[in-house]
Parts: sequence; C-alpha cells; structure tokens
Amino acid sequence: MTQSVETEAPVTVTGTPVAGRDPRLRWALLAVGLVAALALPWFVYPPVAMDIVAMALFAIALDILLGFTGLLSFGHAAFWGSSAYVTGLVATHYGVPFPVAVVGGAVFAMILAVPLGYLSIRRSGIYFAMVTLAFAQMVYFVAYQWSDLTGGENGLQGVPRSFFGIDLVETESFYFYYAALPILLLGMWAAWRIVHSPFGRVLVSIRDNTQRARALGYEVEKYKVMAFVLSAGLTGLAGGVFAINHGFVALTELHWSTSGEVVLMTVLGGIGTLWGGILGAFLAVMLADYLASSGFSGIDLVTGTVFVLVVLLFRRGIWGTVRHQWLARRLRRSSSRRSPADADPAKR
Amino acid sequence: MNAVLQYAVQGLAAGSFYALAALGLAVIFGVLGVVNFAHGAFYMLGAVAAAVLLDTLDLSLWWSLLVVPVLMFGFGVAVERLLVQWLLRLDPLYNFLLTFGLTLVLVELVKQRYGVSGLPYELPGPLQGRFDLAGVVLPRYQLFVLLFSLAICVLVWLVMTRSRVGMIVRASTEKPDLARALGINVGRWVTPVFGFGVALAGLAGVLAAPFRAITAEMGNNFAIILFAVVVIGGLGSIVGAVVAGFLVGLVEAFGQAYAPTFAQIFIFVLMALIILVRPAGLFGRKEATA
Repeated sequence: MTQSVETEAPVTVTGTPVAGRDPRLRWALLAVGLVAALALPWFVYPPVAMDIVAMALFAIALDILLGFTGLLSFGHAAFWGSSAYVTGLVATHYGVPFPVAVVGGAVFAMILAVPLGYLSIRRSGIYFAMVTLAFAQMVYFVAYQWSDLTGGENGLQGVPRSFFGIDLVETESFYFYYAALPILLLGMWAAWRIVHSPFGRVLVSIRDNTQRARALGYEVEKYKVMAFVLSAGLTGLAGGVFAINHGFVALTELHWSTSGEVVLMTVLGGIGTLWGGILGAFLAVMLADYLASSGFSGIDLVTGTVFVLVVLLFRRGIWGTVRHQWLARRLRRSSSRRSPADADPAKR
Repeated sequence: MNAVLQYAVQGLAAGSFYALAALGLAVIFGVLGVVNFAHGAFYMLGAVAAAVLLDTLDLSLWWSLLVVPVLMFGFGVAVERLLVQWLLRLDPLYNFLLTFGLTLVLVELVKQRYGVSGLPYELPGPLQGRFDLAGVVLPRYQLFVLLFSLAICVLVWLVMTRSRVGMIVRASTEKPDLARALGINVGRWVTPVFGFGVALAGLAGVLAAPFRAITAEMGNNFAIILFAVVVIGGLGSIVGAVVAGFLVGLVEAFGQAYAPTFAQIFIFVLMALIILVRPAGLFGRKEATA
C-alpha cells in the first residue's frame, strides 16, 4: 500500500500499523493491554474504570470511520445515546440479563445508522461532519420530546443491572466490571478484525483515493454505509454498557458535546491507530473525574483548550507520535536496506 | 389569514438571524475553506455584548447595531491571526475541530462570568409594541428585524456584485483556484473576510438579543441549525445561504405554530430531503463538495 507522501497530511495518518509488522510486538502489546484492562478496577474506582473502557470502545469505533475510512462523524452521540436508552428501556421493562439488553441497544444503533448513514455519506469531507452533527441533533430532539418514553430532561432512571441472579455482579461495581469487560473487549477485537480484513483495506483505499477505489470496481457508497453501520454498532455496545454501569441514562448522552468528546479522545490518542482511542479515553475520563472531584466547574474550559492545543500542536496524537518516533528510529537504523516505498509511513 | 401572516413575519424575522449568520459562514467557507463551528458562539457573543453595552454604558440597540459588529470584526481578526491561520493549509476538518474547541471555551467563559440565567434586554421605545397593518397586527420589532436584515443582505449583495472588492471576494469564494490563476492574491483577503463573517454573526446576535433569551448556551443549537441551513442552501453559494436561512426560519415558525413538538425536527427532515433530492444543496454546484 503506497501512499503519496505529503508532510501536510490530511486528517488520516497511517501506513502499516507498527505492531502489524512484528507479531512479537503485537502480542506483547496485547498482553500489556489485557493485563491493564484486568488490573484497572484495582487502581481506579470501578465505575470510573468501566467508563474508561466503554469510552475507549466508543473512540475506537469512531476511529474506524475517522482513521480508516476518512469520514469524521460529528454525530456519534446519536448511536451512543440511543443505544444507552434502548438498553436502559429493555433492561427496565423486560428484566433480561444486562448483556442481552446491551446487544438490543447495539442492534438498535445499527438500525438507526442505516438511514442516517445512507443520507450522510451522500456528502463527503466537511459536509459529512456537518450533516452527521445535524442528524444527531434531530435524534436528541426526538428523545427530548418523547419524554413518556425517555423521561425527557429527567433522564431514564433506575435502570436495573440484572445478571442471572448473581448478586455480586448485580450489586458491586467491582464485579460488574469483570462481567461487562468481555463485551467491550469483544467489541475492540471486532474493530481490529474489521480494520485488518480485506474489507478494512478497501475502506483505507477509499480514504486515500476514492476515485481509484471506485475505478477498481468497489461500490464506495456501499462500503461507506457498511463502515458507518458497523461503527455505530460498536458504539452501541459501548453506550449500552455505559448505561447499565450508571443505572441511569441522561439526555447528555445524545448531546453534541458527547460527539465532540469522543472525537477529542480519538484525536488525542491518535487518528488511525485504534490503540490511541484507549489512551485518549483513559486520559479524558480520568481528567474529567479529577476535575469533578476537585470541585472545578468549568470542565468545558479545559476540554476546549485541550482540543485547540491538540489540533494546533499535536495532530498525530499520543499513539501516533509514539509510532512515528518508533518507525523513524527503525528507519534510520536500517535505511540502507529498505526501499523508498517502505519509508512512506515514517514521513507522515 | 391574519395568523398565517403573523407566523410568516415571525418566521422571516427568525430567519433573518439564520440568513445573516449563514451569509457569514458561507463567505468564510468560500475564501478560507473553513467551516466555522464557533459561528454560534460568535452570535452568542454579539447578543451578550449588546446586553452588556446596554447595562454598563447605556448604549441602546441603535448603537449596538453599529458598535458590536466592529468589535466582533476585531475579535474575528484576532481569532484568525492567532489560531485559524495555522491550519489553513491542512484538511478543513482540523479547523472545524479547532473552532469546536474554541466554542467550548467561549461558552464556558461567558457562563462563568454571566451565569446561566438570561441577561435582560430592553428595546428602545420606537421599536416596542405592535404595528397595525390593515387589520393585521404585527410586532414592530419583528418587522424592523426583517427590514434591517433584508437591507443588510441587499447591501452585502450590492457590494459583492457591484464593487471590485466584492468581485474579488466572490471569485475567491466560488472559484478560488481560478481566482489565483488570474493573479488575485486570495491570501490577502483571508483575514478581513474572516473578520467580516464573524461581524455578521455578531450582528445577528445583536438583532436576536431582544428576541431570544441571552444565555451562554444560546448559540449552541443555533450553530447546528446554521449547518443545516448551509447544507440546504449549498455551502458554496452566497445566495443559497440567505434563501435557506429565511426558509428555515419559516419552517421553524410554522412548525412551532402548528406542531410545536416537531418544530425543530422539521428543519432536519427538510435537510434530509434536500440531501436526498439535491445533495449539493438548493443553490450549490457539484464542485462545491470539499
């Protein structure tokens, strides 16, 4: 996969993922990630730990579109929030174990994503961001007005956490974390599979050169809608777990600020890296938690400033910067043996 | 009939805020290639500035209509010089994100300074009350807003079509590459045009001050509806922005009158229809896709 080398790269950064070239490194990273995920509730208040992992999957799902398809969705709160509501409603009215409710929420998010995706991908680039934002606002208003169902401004309260009658999980956040973690890890694995599948390669080709992908016979629109729906489904998984974790669904989950927050996490972690989303979510949730507990009220002031600074000075994001440095170093060490084509990712 | 006319005037008055602000958004997008997320925040700042000027310096609406756009022009120039200019050569998404971050900061600052409850704003005497037009009673202020915005739009249109500056800006807006090829220094117009667009948003804010609750949050939903407006009108088009602005105002007013639950939703349904039938927008051309 050769890309044109530009220092002023568009939103997307990548090449072959670092870990993809070295299976040992990939397994090491996976092991570290898994240990970190398992150890997290020992060091972080368990409900917050759960938020981190849920937000991480949210950011990763967004990255499938932003980093690997070249579409900035500024309306993903629609899928996160609607899944949270559906999950909450299913759990409340049917008393099913929470994973079932979460799957229900994710399915709803995917169904919602079909018309919204179909309409939104008719515009590309910056228009896509505006259109998704507007549609998400429409979903927000629907939820706001339909207060019989959603509780309106009061939110959906008292969402139960039913889990096959196992008391520990139902009452203690610490154990709930381990019951819900597999759902989210499965979602992350699915994202990784999507990105590294032939389907994912087509997405990357659409991102890098839509005309050429079309000329090669790929139905670009169909691929974009599929990526959109898959991304919405994974977002839905995350949103559902989030709802169960809090036992409460607020209108905020559908608000445009939530869409912005997840974009920040993805950009902060590094667009087109998947791993970066986890780091971005960790930092953003921990920062919000720290500010909230220290009684600071102007959290948007911090979020907004971070946004401006990251976009101005740190566009590669954390993981992107690490990968860039790592590749550059490896390139220096073996520059004589490598062909110029291999050098491309390092320059980005 | 009476009621319909009242709703129409109310809709057109609300539409003037959208039209003026969308005009600013379209010009900025045209010349800079930037979709300014902070446009709603600038609109809010315009309204807050008018309220503060009235409260502290006792400057009435008449003065605010003059002073605030000038202040906002300066503010826009500062924002462009300090922040926006560094990202102009990159993908437009970066400036979209930058201005999003700026929006969060501006809204939060105003919230911290002026609280969450609305600031009061009183109209100057001649604009208060109602106006009886052959049996149809209309609020004077709405008529004023409508006429004033139309005048501004016509003025902008005259400048755009009849003056050299306007020709250059129009050329840079609609065909930037061709304009460059013809030897026009498009870059020179970047900063003033950004300031001008921000001033228009601020002006819309001043006009909205007596009409809407003046809060830090007032620009948030406004910005999103503004995006729907420019998607409907076609972002590359100046006329489209104005026409779609008034159209969306009408949809909103009649929606509020006959089906208040769905008033906001209608706007987005209209946008969805336009995307389906005419993806480039009412007045957009296909190449306008960024």
